[in-house]
Amino acid sequence: MFLRKSKHIGLLITYVMSIYIIFPDDAYAMHIMEGFLPFNWAALWWIVMIPFVIAGVRSIKKTVTLHPNLKMLLGMAGAFAFVMSALKIPSVTGSSSHPTGVGLGTILFGPTAMTVLSMIVLVFQALLLAHGGITTLGANTFSMGIVGPFVSYGVYKGLKKLGAPQWLSIFMAATLGNLMTYVTTSIQLGLAFPAAAGGVTAAILKFLGIFALTQIPLAISEGLLTVMVFNILSAYSQKELQVLTAFTGKRISSIKREVKA
Amino acid sequence: MKLFNKNMIILAFVALLAFVPLYIARSAEFAGADTQASEAISALNATYTPWFESFWEPPSGEVESFLFALQAAVGSGFVFYYLGYTKGKNSINKRDQV
Repeated sequence: MFLRKSKHIGLLITYVMSIYIIFPDDAYAMHIMEGFLPFNWAALWWIVMIPFVIAGVRSIKKTVTLHPNLKMLLGMAGAFAFVMSALKIPSVTGSSSHPTGVGLGTILFGPTAMTVLSMIVLVFQALLLAHGGITTLGANTFSMGIVGPFVSYGVYKGLKKLGAPQWLSIFMAATLGNLMTYVTTSIQLGLAFPAAAGGVTAAILKFLGIFALTQIPLAISEGLLTVMVFNILSAYSQKELQVLTAFTGKRISSIKREVKA
Repeated sequence: MKLFNKNMIILAFVALLAFVPLYIARSAEFAGADTQASEAISALNATYTPWFESFWEPPSGEVESFLFALQAAVGSGFVFYYLGYTKGKNSINKRDQV
């Protein structure tokens, strides 16, 4: 039984890795296009990204060494981000954008783990689908893999501390993390392309009008879908969630109640 | 409320959020927001030219949407494999306990 299970898990990891290698995530709306950041800015965001990636690799290694049976859940968190970013959904502003799906993995595995997963996804997407770019990888990883997850994590922890119900904490964490990713993209573009009249602020507002407004309904969708997956996980994967509780200090009891209610 | 019912209600909301904009903004083109962003960049700084090109681009819109459909299918394939797997494991454990 145990042997068969580990064989399954091994197969699934191979499967997930090959997904990432063969079919990159795409992200129409969010990522800064190849070559669209001046060299100095591109280099700056690359430098900012590196320490987070190192911390993320360490964090994933620690999780996988301590709890090998969580590999599949980690793969699922990655696959969730993968589907979510393939879905370009129309928004009220008359343009389309997509969710990022990093909130789920952040709540389960912590923010830096998602920095690594986001970066992997962004690299392959830049190389194979011509979205985002290698020169803008630092900036895009910063918005999707660092700001998004850290906002999600902060919101989740903060709301839990305030005693908010589990579903609300998850919903707000995923929604705000997604929204802040796009706000970050707007700020990055505004800093690099100040307007002739009004400077950086005016430029940021202009980009916010494009990215953030479009994103609001999609951020809500992402929040809802993340809650949905959590409902299922807390009904059937209690054991895995409890192991995670051990090193993130989360309480699961309220999820349990929530599902039974 | 049952888990299934609750999740169906959530899904209905997500579907609403995706389809209502098609009615609200009927005349819009629903282009990607990044296309609009590159237009905004040329408006802000007309002399800026991207200094680096992508190595490879999908040759047509059809190839691109094929890759997207594949991406969504494979990704959700794994998500639902995992959810089904844990559900099965869960019910076996329950049966064993009884």
